[in-house]
Amino acid sequence: MAIATKSEGLNFELPEDLKLLRRSIREFVEKELWPVGQQVEDTDEIPDSVMDKLKEMGMFGLPFPEEYGGAAVGELGYCIALEELGRANAAFSNVIGAHCSIGVMALHLDGSKELKDRYMADLCAGEKIGCFALSEPNAGSDAANIQTSAVRQGDEYIVNGVKHFITNGDIADFATVFTVTDKNLGARGGITALWVDLNQPGVKRGPNDKKMGLYGSHTCELVFTDAKVPADHVIGQVGMGFITAMKTLDMGRLSLGAGCVGASQFALEKAIAHAKERIQFGKPIAKQQAVQFMLADIATEIYAARNMVYNGAWKADRGERFSMEAAMVKRYCSDMAIHVVDRVLQIHGGMGFMKETGIERGYRDARILAIYEGTNEIQRMIIAEELLK
Amino acid sequence: MKIVVTVKQVPDTNAEKTFDPVTKRLNRSSIENVLNPFDEYAIEEALRIKEAQGADTTVTILTMAPASATDVVRKALGMGADNAVLLSDDAIPGSDTMATAYALAQALKHVGFDLILSGTQSTDAICSVVPAAIAEHLNIPCVTYVKKLTVENNAIDAQRETESGFVRVRAPLPALVSVTKAINEPRYPTLKGIMGAKKKEIQTPSIADIGADPARLGEAGSKTVVESFAPVGARQKGQVVSVSDAKEGAKQILDFLIAKKVV
Repeated sequence: MAIATKSEGLNFELPEDLKLLRRSIREFVEKELWPVGQQVEDTDEIPDSVMDKLKEMGMFGLPFPEEYGGAAVGELGYCIALEELGRANAAFSNVIGAHCSIGVMALHLDGSKELKDRYMADLCAGEKIGCFALSEPNAGSDAANIQTSAVRQGDEYIVNGVKHFITNGDIADFATVFTVTDKNLGARGGITALWVDLNQPGVKRGPNDKKMGLYGSHTCELVFTDAKVPADHVIGQVGMGFITAMKTLDMGRLSLGAGCVGASQFALEKAIAHAKERIQFGKPIAKQQAVQFMLADIATEIYAARNMVYNGAWKADRGERFSMEAAMVKRYCSDMAIHVVDRVLQIHGGMGFMKETGIERGYRDARILAIYEGTNEIQRMIIAEELLK
Repeated sequence: MKIVVTVKQVPDTNAEKTFDPVTKRLNRSSIENVLNPFDEYAIEEALRIKEAQGADTTVTILTMAPASATDVVRKALGMGADNAVLLSDDAIPGSDTMATAYALAQALKHVGFDLILSGTQSTDAICSVVPAAIAEHLNIPCVTYVKKLTVENNAIDAQRETESGFVRVRAPLPALVSVTKAINEPRYPTLKGIMGAKKKEIQTPSIADIGADPARLGEAGSKTVVESFAPVGARQKGQVVSVSDAKEGAKQILDFLIAKKVV
């Protein structure tokens, strides 16, 4: 006997355009990004020819409006794109994510029309690259404690200070820089977001940081010494920069979770293939319950994670508040991705430890996920704050 | 100039394919369908001609498929085609290549054309006869297996691939050209193109709209009948040459190939 349906209005079917988006990016990843995967890892560089293809495809304008040449895929579409990109080296989604999710997102969300009309088209085309400069040596999780100052002089702000661990810092033309405009007010009215041209004498870029993973995507220091920023390059209101930062990071957290889902799914597929092929004790290791249980757990966690991401994106696209969901997605998906690749490596045994399978790369690349764009401890604070308010 | 590209929805090349034992047709519903990879070259060529010719040139996608084939059409639109015509009618399923060519020719008369482009074949049926049959129905020049194409002064100048080189053919428009994979490298649909494709028009004329006779469509209108089908037998184990001396190994392989008249 059929049970009366109560699920009208709930629809998990992706719209046709997003299915095509997924298929097209998957094809692009397999044909264009996989072949250069090892090269990117070995040289710590994405080849220019591949960057050009990413730009041509429109990756740098993914979430932004059509009027500026963006693809306007919405938050769900953006998450699906990042999920598919997660099947390639983390470098690609990192470079694109640092540009779209956070670097340019603040300008898109809170920038004035004049500012957007002037810069967005080049940014969407990837002709100009953006980055997000919030972290400082003494302000990581404690982001409100930033020291970089901006002092108004006539029609300009004069910026002094140091930002560090800035993804795309080496290649970016512009940065969303968070500055202190009123020390006494702090996060409540004293922080201002500025759109800063990095190609000026007042800005020096440090050498690329030597990292555990994410080869091909670079971070560095940005040092501002009397850097000049026109007064009309304030993003949003003077003093409201901290809110802009938090809103921007909310958007980024969902798509970061999506990347975790894609990378974990890809790792699972590798583990299944290996478990079916690898013969020990006279039979494929997939016949061993110890391996089966790992695969079952991994698949279950990915299922949960993917649904969290899509649900969060759905809320964002509907214009609902999703700060807590974004924090939950970021916390859960990143921890999951780290744990998944650890078990996938275990299933591969000694081969997983070898460079040639690419799994050790995934293992190293995953670790940062629980740290950047707000550590998972900060995510728990955001969730708890929402719960207890 | 109006360019029409005929395309086909085919099962994903990697998908496991099954046949319905009653209708003796491919089960299309349970597998993922994609745009016939050969057709992407025809679309790419059409877009290049459009880019060279300027704004007056349009690219229309024409396909005969179940109404659900819009995702395949959207991919073509995402690549940059201007609009599409999806011919879908209950009278169509079961049509063989001749009936298909008739229906497409009728649709082409309905939408109008200066140049028709198609892939050389589909990856599912691999008959390669539909393009020529369409041209015959329309009574226009047909140039197949083209690896280089120029459109100038209301005429085409084409290089037809042959086993040893190419044959150069010129023909006045309107004409039909089928293109090989050597002609270009198809572009990816851009992400903006994909998202914009839903705003492009997909016409869905009926059989009556295009003036096609239902008696010439479907199984009734087809000249071929599928009598039966059987799985391909398992491949026999190959002959392995295992000798320590490379020269001797090469000789044995060469002798084998000579015996098979391959070389």
